[in-house]
Amino acid sequence: MVVRILRLLRPADIGVFMAKAPATDKPKARRKAAPKSSVDATPEALLQFYRDMLLIRRFEEKAGQMYGMGLIGGFCHLYIGQEAVVVGARAATEESDAVITTYRDHGHMLACGMDPRGVMAELTGRIGGYSRGKGGSMHMFARDKNFYGGHGIVGASTSLGTGIALANRYLDNNEVTLTYFGDGAANQGQVYESFNMAALWKLPVLYIIENNQYAMGTSTARSTAQTKLHKRGDAFGIPGSECDGMDVLAVRDAVAKAVKHMRAGKGPYILEAMTYRYRGHSMSDPAKYRTRDEVTKVRKERDPIDHIRDQILESGAASEDALKAIDKEVKAIVTDAADFAQQSPEPDLSELYTDIVITADAAE
Amino acid sequence: MPIAITMPALSPTMEEGTLAKWLKAEGDPVAAGDVIAEIETDKATMEIEAVDEGTLGTILVAEGTEGVKVNTVIAQLLEEGEDAGSAQAAPSGGNGAEAPTSAPDTPEPAAAPVATPAVAKPVVTIAADPDIPAGTAMTEITVREALRDAMAEEMRRDESVFLMGEEVAQYQGAYKVSQGLLEEFGDKRVVDTPITEHGFAGVGVGAAYRGLRPIVEFMTFNFALQAIDHIINSAAKTLYMSGGAMPVPIVFRGPNGAAARVAAQHSQNFASWYASVPGLKVVAPYSAADAKGLLKAAIRDPNPVIFLENEILYGVSQEVPDLEDYVLPIGKARVVRPGTDVTIVAYSISVRDALQAGEQLAAEGIDAEVIDLRTLRPLDTATVVESVRKTNRIVAVEEGWPVCGICAEIAAVLMEQAFDDLDAPMVRVTGEDVPMPYAANLEALALPNPNKIVQAAKSVCYRD
Ligand SMILES: Cc1ncc(C[n+]2csc(CCOP(=O)(O)OP(=O)(O)O)c2C)c(N)n1
Ligand SMILES: [Mg+2]
Repeated sequence: MVVRILRLLRPADIGVFMAKAPATDKPKARRKAAPKSSVDATPEALLQFYRDMLLIRRFEEKAGQMYGMGLIGGFCHLYIGQEAVVVGARAATEESDAVITTYRDHGHMLACGMDPRGVMAELTGRIGGYSRGKGGSMHMFARDKNFYGGHGIVGASTSLGTGIALANRYLDNNEVTLTYFGDGAANQGQVYESFNMAALWKLPVLYIIENNQYAMGTSTARSTAQTKLHKRGDAFGIPGSECDGMDVLAVRDAVAKAVKHMRAGKGPYILEAMTYRYRGHSMSDPAKYRTRDEVTKVRKERDPIDHIRDQILESGAASEDALKAIDKEVKAIVTDAADFAQQSPEPDLSELYTDIVITADAAE
Repeated sequence: MPIAITMPALSPTMEEGTLAKWLKAEGDPVAAGDVIAEIETDKATMEIEAVDEGTLGTILVAEGTEGVKVNTVIAQLLEEGEDAGSAQAAPSGGNGAEAPTSAPDTPEPAAAPVATPAVAKPVVTIAADPDIPAGTAMTEITVREALRDAMAEEMRRDESVFLMGEEVAQYQGAYKVSQGLLEEFGDKRVVDTPITEHGFAGVGVGAAYRGLRPIVEFMTFNFALQAIDHIINSAAKTLYMSGGAMPVPIVFRGPNGAAARVAAQHSQNFASWYASVPGLKVVAPYSAADAKGLLKAAIRDPNPVIFLENEILYGVSQEVPDLEDYVLPIGKARVVRPGTDVTIVAYSISVRDALQAGEQLAAEGIDAEVIDLRTLRPLDTATVVESVRKTNRIVAVEEGWPVCGICAEIAAVLMEQAFDDLDAPMVRVTGEDVPMPYAANLEALALPNPNKIVQAAKSVCYRD
């Protein structure tokens, strides 16, 4: 076994356990720089973040392997590198709050507490998958977890998420909607149509832009006139801020602030999480639009899992052994999911013609 | 237990590849994310990344080995405390390496979306094209190259022609159709757009109003749904609404129809949608030669043309005539296999299936005539009717949905023009009337194939 060499902490990482006063809610004040997080989380919370991010990482690595073995087909957009975004956001919201995202969705589903077995079996196109094998990597839903999908059309999640927020406002239930989309999606027209309606009707929707700097092979600088994507709400009076999407605590804090704003009835909020995808856009990607050095540098210096690992060990929240135990637990979950996904049978051929339309009584 | 590192697949259809290079030696430490080897196929070079950490144990497949089957164990990864000796034990399941994630030298797509599945070249003969003078030299190129050549030739010929779309320039096209165009024509004429289909389709139409000849590439026609308002309301109707004052010379092109395993939002055929709209021309070629000759015609046409390509056909190599300026007429079908017993009409990738069915039928003593419609609007009904007058039986094939499809239109035309010529009711072979499922077995069931066409042909010949 290669002993993992812990990288030296950057000065900004060296946090202390400290009780922080609840963040004051000043939605109108824009932040100039990304908020710096200090290690203000309980040891249990830190370990939970570590575990949740590691589960996504290992799950995605396994999915990549299974793709290589021909068990998964078509598109398979891995979330490796971006784990802190969904885990941090989930920590600042309630289970009853809704989540909707794009095709890069496996991490979001796991963070919502969906069963890794069901997700992996959908990737292999088997009956045990969340969509009974009919949806695949990009299309899974779980109403009981308030997860509204996986959507393959770039930009679609924004208006759909705005609609979920409209329903929540209509139902007067104080739930918020986390609407995820990418930096590339941020240029679609429906995003701005949605912003306008959300601001006009003060809808409780948090637009989380996962800015991983590339849309397929196009960097934000090559596609986008205003590259500060969180400022894109200015014209509608929607407050926005940016956070370090490679730092789970920074994401958690930023989302908490936005959630407070929304639950106070002040309408939508835009959060730009600065992140990075390590892998290709989908499984095979010519990777000519960025250098290997660029990827290696981010992995070495900004990796969200290494980062929290360091925070845990540095702060003494847990020992190396405790982390190893988590590694083992996560590995077992992923292995189990992969086994399940291979053993679950293909859908019965009769499934071809089911679920196209539904009768009123079946919908009850 | 050592972990087996196996030969990964670059796409669901890859079966074997060359182990080009080992970047780690036996005994080298390996960390997750390290590139351990490079593999090659005819389409791409890919790096294998380690997922687990450990030490590289015995290398079982030497570098330079060709024809390594997917899933062959190529090396072993030793975990903590293991030595190469214990590696002799049967390797545990799993795979110590990751599917390749980068292809530094990808000459061909395998690109962003799905890797283009390798398509077996149909073992069928295609009738000589009467539009090509006898004795013309032919060159074998892929459909992808034929499309690129058509655009390049028209861009050389006419300064007002330019290409815009997502990833068409620097990335060389999501499916590599625009390969080399940026280098030749520069970024004024090969324009990368943001992901804004509705916007850039409208921008293209506006540029056409002002006299340019834009080629607007949709990464796939699934995404043209965002833009369909401009295609129909701003492009198709303007000549009419302006009493002839405002022509709209524009081409909207890109892959249409089912790809492989990409599910309902990314696998659909919009041919009949566009074919129903007055003011549009709709072209859907099958062969490389037609792709070239018809795309050149589409670019020169003074009307909005919807040019429907097919992702699975991009990599197919076929003969294209070595002619200076090979332009085909829009609106003409072509008999690609002459026959006397039954007519099979098809377009786009379904022509491949129809030709294969034609071979199978011949083996069973049925002489099928296969017609490639090539253009769907205006539809060359004369060629279809003429064939039916001869064979008296017809099967119509398309990959799209049956309801209100191109085949349904052909049935109506035959009712009107050839009712008395039919000895049997027409039979359709279409995609099933369902959204495209992801599961491999259901997807196969949802699509037409040569066997289904053979069955249909036999049934109209009362031979089943
Ligand atoms: C409307 C539409 N256009 C194009 C595509 C093809 N496509 C899929 S993902 C993608 C890039 C999106 O990038 P971004 O929004 O930054 O998200 P990321 O992939 O980085 O998570 C493109 C162009 C699509 N799915 N939908
Ligand atoms: Mg992106």
